[in-house]
Amino acid sequence: MTQTQPVSRRSPAPSLPRKSRQRGVDTRAGYTFLLPWMLGFFALTAGPMIASLYLSFTNYNLFEPPKWIGLDNYLSLFQDERFMQSVGVTVSYVVFGTPLKLAAALAVAMLLNSKRKGQGFYRSAFYAPSLIGASVSIAIVWKAMFGDAGPVDQGLSFFGINLGGWVGNPSMTMPMFVLLTVWQFGAPMVIFLAGLKQIPGELYEAASMDGAGPIRKFFNITWPMLSPVIFFNLLMETIHAFQIFNSAYIISNGEGGPAGSTLFYTLYLYLRGFSDFRMGYASAMAWLLLIVVGILTLIIFRTSKSWVHYSGDSK
Amino acid sequence: MTTTATPTQSAPETPAAIYNPKSETSLAKGIKSAIFHIVAIGLVSIVLYPALWMIASSFKPNSEIGGSNTALWSNNFSMDNFVTAMDGIGGVSTMTFFTNSLILAVGAVVGTVLSASISAYAFARINFPGRGFFFGMMIATLLLPFHVVIIPQYIVFQQLGFVDTYIPLLIGKFLAADAFFVFLMVQFMRGLPAELDEAARIDGAGHVRIFGSIMLPLMKPALISTSIFSFIWSWNDFLGPLLYLNTPEKYPLPLALRLFVDQTQSSDYGAMIAMSVLALMPVLIFFLIFQRYIVEGVSTQGLKG
Repeated sequence: MTQTQPVSRRSPAPSLPRKSRQRGVDTRAGYTFLLPWMLGFFALTAGPMIASLYLSFTNYNLFEPPKWIGLDNYLSLFQDERFMQSVGVTVSYVVFGTPLKLAAALAVAMLLNSKRKGQGFYRSAFYAPSLIGASVSIAIVWKAMFGDAGPVDQGLSFFGINLGGWVGNPSMTMPMFVLLTVWQFGAPMVIFLAGLKQIPGELYEAASMDGAGPIRKFFNITWPMLSPVIFFNLLMETIHAFQIFNSAYIISNGEGGPAGSTLFYTLYLYLRGFSDFRMGYASAMAWLLLIVVGILTLIIFRTSKSWVHYSGDSK
Repeated sequence: MTTTATPTQSAPETPAAIYNPKSETSLAKGIKSAIFHIVAIGLVSIVLYPALWMIASSFKPNSEIGGSNTALWSNNFSMDNFVTAMDGIGGVSTMTFFTNSLILAVGAVVGTVLSASISAYAFARINFPGRGFFFGMMIATLLLPFHVVIIPQYIVFQQLGFVDTYIPLLIGKFLAADAFFVFLMVQFMRGLPAELDEAARIDGAGHVRIFGSIMLPLMKPALISTSIFSFIWSWNDFLGPLLYLNTPEKYPLPLALRLFVDQTQSSDYGAMIAMSVLALMPVLIFFLIFQRYIVEGVSTQGLKG
């Protein structure tokens, strides 16, 4: 039924080049289709970002109009002991948690990278924690498991180690959180596994013929061939780790205790903004986080040139 | 990218022998394979232990959780914890929390699928000035820490009187604010042959027709992974509801759980864990049904869990 349409449409305007008319149609269609996204981008992302940059230079408590104070928020951040503590907590979480998680992910991926039966099952089983790890339920379970006389404490005392509950012990809360993130190694593991499958088996065969052992094979074949995937996982997991909130909030009852040992950056930001209503101060924290994450992303990208190898034909 | 599974199943002996330069005996191979499975199962039991402990504890009487009784399974199997958990908290039954979570999750799925597919079509299939710029912006938002925008967003929604409604929690889903899903669909659509659009265009179809009758049906796998992940993410979302919802009648499960923890304060561990199990149940069921899609989605698109 539409067959006659193109003919009749083409005939009345032979002078107008078809391409430029199509371009006009495309431009209009492009912006129409993109309208929802653009609304979201300007109203929910770009606009708020600029607004929070402005707020970071003000004193604002949601009830009185913002008062311009220049760099005061940023300057007082560095004299704020709790702020410095939250930086320390978050940095040690990122520095210990992320590499351990990626190492576990890579090790298990290499173990599973064979044609043996049951691979699908193992892959799914290892992945499951990644899906539920950030939920409130798991935070509650973690707190119960690592609590006084919980199964972890019981298990350790069986070996003669008596730490008591980890939850109430300021020096044991960080290992507890690191274990929680390492437990979720499944998501990067699945990505590593997909990367390992792309490495041609002939490389390993040739290396074996030359008498290379497993360690040399790992450093001379696996690591360079997998480096783009390692890079991707490192970047995503690092950015992600900075933003841990749910488990920190639940495990510490939204207080960051004991002794501030679980006062993660985003938790302190939340407390400053939404329980002290120091919106300007919290905005300064948010922008500082953005700048740090941005710089880290840049560093990871920059250094990647020296250790990430892209083979000529991708895929 | 998937490996071909057929040769290993039809003739397991011969191809393996060719590929393996050492050509091990079948006994050595059997031992190796047994060691692999023992190690793998050992690791799986460690990894799944917290989940098993959670489920086992939810059926135990309070006195047996923790303490000297370390057995995973109790002889005093009981549903009491679930009965308490279903009663809810603060005069609101757990069914209400379930319904609220469901409304939010279904809203998130509908909004995300609609808005992300429409925007992805513009990015992947329409040529227009400014596309490159906006695409770059979209990629940048992928890496943006969410916390940079929550304060001004909150102020705006508060001024509009939207606090304690679902609008702040859902509006972003209808405006494709989850860049991950837009990106996923753009990648998927770029993989579809361009001849499809050209042929349709010659037949006189406009962008709406091309999108609706050609692209959408072909995008089913991407739409399914998007639905699954946006459902699970919405179901587990805690910060959003924590910021915007004040009345318990409107709480979704994660927020209700926090309230439950606050009010009972470890006096009723069993019920607390039973409620955690209930809150995770839909996610676990989703995972069991769609695990193929979920794990494939992660391995090909690098989706986060």
